[in-house]
Amino acid sequence: MKRKVIAAALAGLLALSACSSSGGKKADEQATKALNGSGGPRLKIAMVTHSAQGDAFWDIVQKGAQSASAKDNVQFLYAADPDGGKQAQLVQSYIDQHVDGLIVTLAKPDALKDVVAKAVAAKIPVVTINSGAEESAKFGALAHFGQDENIAGQAAGEQLNKAGIKKAVCLIHEQGNVGLEARCAGAKKTFSGQMQNLFVQGANMPQVKSAVTAKLQADKGIDGILALNAQIALTAVDAAKGSGSKAKVATFDMNKDLVTAIKDGRIQFAVDQQPYLQGYEAVDELWLYKRNGDILGGGQPVLTGPAIVDKSNADAVAPYADRGTR
Amino acid sequence: MTIAPPAADERVAARSSFRKLLGRPEIGALIGAIVLFVFFSLVADAFLRASSFSTVLYSSASMGIMAVSVSLLMIGGEFDLSAGVMVTSSALIASMFSYELTLNVWVGVVVSLVVTLALGFLNGLLYVRTGLPSFIVTLGTFFMLAGLNLGFTKLITHNVATPSIEDMDGFSQARAVFARDFTIGGVQVNISVLWWIVFVAIATWLLLRTRSGNWIFAVGGSAASARAVGVPVTRTKIALFMGVSFTAWFYGMHILFNFKSVQSGEGVGNEFFYIICAVVGGCLLTGGYGSAIGAAIGAFIWGMTSNGIVYAEWNPDWFKFFLGAMLLAATVVNLVVRRRAEAGK
Repeated sequence: MKRKVIAAALAGLLALSACSSSGGKKADEQATKALNGSGGPRLKIAMVTHSAQGDAFWDIVQKGAQSASAKDNVQFLYAADPDGGKQAQLVQSYIDQHVDGLIVTLAKPDALKDVVAKAVAAKIPVVTINSGAEESAKFGALAHFGQDENIAGQAAGEQLNKAGIKKAVCLIHEQGNVGLEARCAGAKKTFSGQMQNLFVQGANMPQVKSAVTAKLQADKGIDGILALNAQIALTAVDAAKGSGSKAKVATFDMNKDLVTAIKDGRIQFAVDQQPYLQGYEAVDELWLYKRNGDILGGGQPVLTGPAIVDKSNADAVAPYADRGTR
Repeated sequence: MTIAPPAADERVAARSSFRKLLGRPEIGALIGAIVLFVFFSLVADAFLRASSFSTVLYSSASMGIMAVSVSLLMIGGEFDLSAGVMVTSSALIASMFSYELTLNVWVGVVVSLVVTLALGFLNGLLYVRTGLPSFIVTLGTFFMLAGLNLGFTKLITHNVATPSIEDMDGFSQARAVFARDFTIGGVQVNISVLWWIVFVAIATWLLLRTRSGNWIFAVGGSAASARAVGVPVTRTKIALFMGVSFTAWFYGMHILFNFKSVQSGEGVGNEFFYIICAVVGGCLLTGGYGSAIGAAIGAFIWGMTSNGIVYAEWNPDWFKFFLGAMLLAATVVNLVVRRRAEAGK
């Protein structure tokens, strides 16, 4: 009898010692391993933006997100639609798929409010990027990564002052886009000269060129052009040259050709909001939250710009722009 | 539809030359263009300068080159919704082919011509073989091309725009052909304006002076009757689609050599502007009626409106409203004039 009890006790002890189902050093090691990015279950993170097809800017955002995903062992999914309602549907479809995290742009906050609330209710952490700094926390998102367009505009206005420009025109290439309007408004705030807005059709380069030429012909006093995207800026340079105007061109956002143009002085400066960072940080934040409960920014938007690129640092930035990550 | 015996046909009866003029498809557009021209001359000081006129012409040519072939296609009774993105496709093909294989850009230009013509042929063939409305067929190819543009560009360049080909062999000659600026009497004019005029002249000659022109009107008026009297309907329609792809290639080359790099997402939506130019210029949506000169005037109206608003320094927020209102007005004038002319025949 006694022997039996001892044997049972021993067997029990043995069984217990074989594996603890929770805690202990092993669990700690596993957690550390996961934090280092080399293990743990593969996460599925989806990004839904308001990008139009083939937009250069969003291409860089995706590249940032993809490299963070590769590092963090994340399966990265991407979808986009410029229409607010359709964007919300895309978010819904990812909620239905039970992804582990969602990255959403709030360019049309009202259209996305309900679906973001649904994601939060379904316990899917949401991070917002690019647009929606004000709504992000209100809607229940963990963090926001983006550039305050008004602050970026103000930086551009100051740079224009430095370049000695007196009368500038701000080229809006997407009618009714709040972010673009905010850039021009911000620039107007700090710019000491006179500034007016001009609408150009962004999807149609010959029309951009002729509209800018027309403006320069109509008002010979214009000595500065502020474009809101790189391709438009390069076209504006052509237009200024063609119309014999001395207007200097500056821009928001970058690409490879633009950096070359800054180097050889055709473009004064670019205000970069570092889209790569927006994609990268958003994925990384969701991963950190899932692994370590971390939240960046303390409830405030995390600014990824403005970073000014001009002649002084264009050489340093060039290789990154070359591979399409700046 | 029956074919009237030729002897008793009132359609071939002699008309006074004034009535003949009013009966032309482009007359409404011409009146609209004159009204707009006078209007902008009055409200915008900068509008009447020679340099401004050159800018307006360039803007018009950017629509007009495509509007020429689109108007022929519409007279032939068909639509091509893939025309806008096909321009981008052709520019992308030329740019990526020469860049990736480091060839003289002319090689890319020729490859792009072949591929783009093949795309037009495919549009025509799909239409002829399936018998579906061209609206549906080309709506399909429109989306397919838009997807291919982006997909291939990302696959090949890993970016959404092609790298600049400015420093490659043959670029400057190609630019001289497709996109050079030159000076006439102190005014800078882009060569695309001249090409536009040449294309309009060729298309007008084709429509009014050749047998092919008669075929185009015939297949647009009634394909069945045309076939019955021996018009090669299939061949004519496919040729018209290929005409659109030819100008898409040409205009694509202009974009490539003027702006050096091509954004893969460009061109979407332009197909409607081409159709608008043709319709303002007197083409009927049902086919069988219209003119290439009319489409050119339509493009000119477009150029005057889009730049006139800038010259007049109006609030740009209203741009699309003005554009729409002016296009509508031009079309209504067109309609009224034509009805009067036809009533008095």
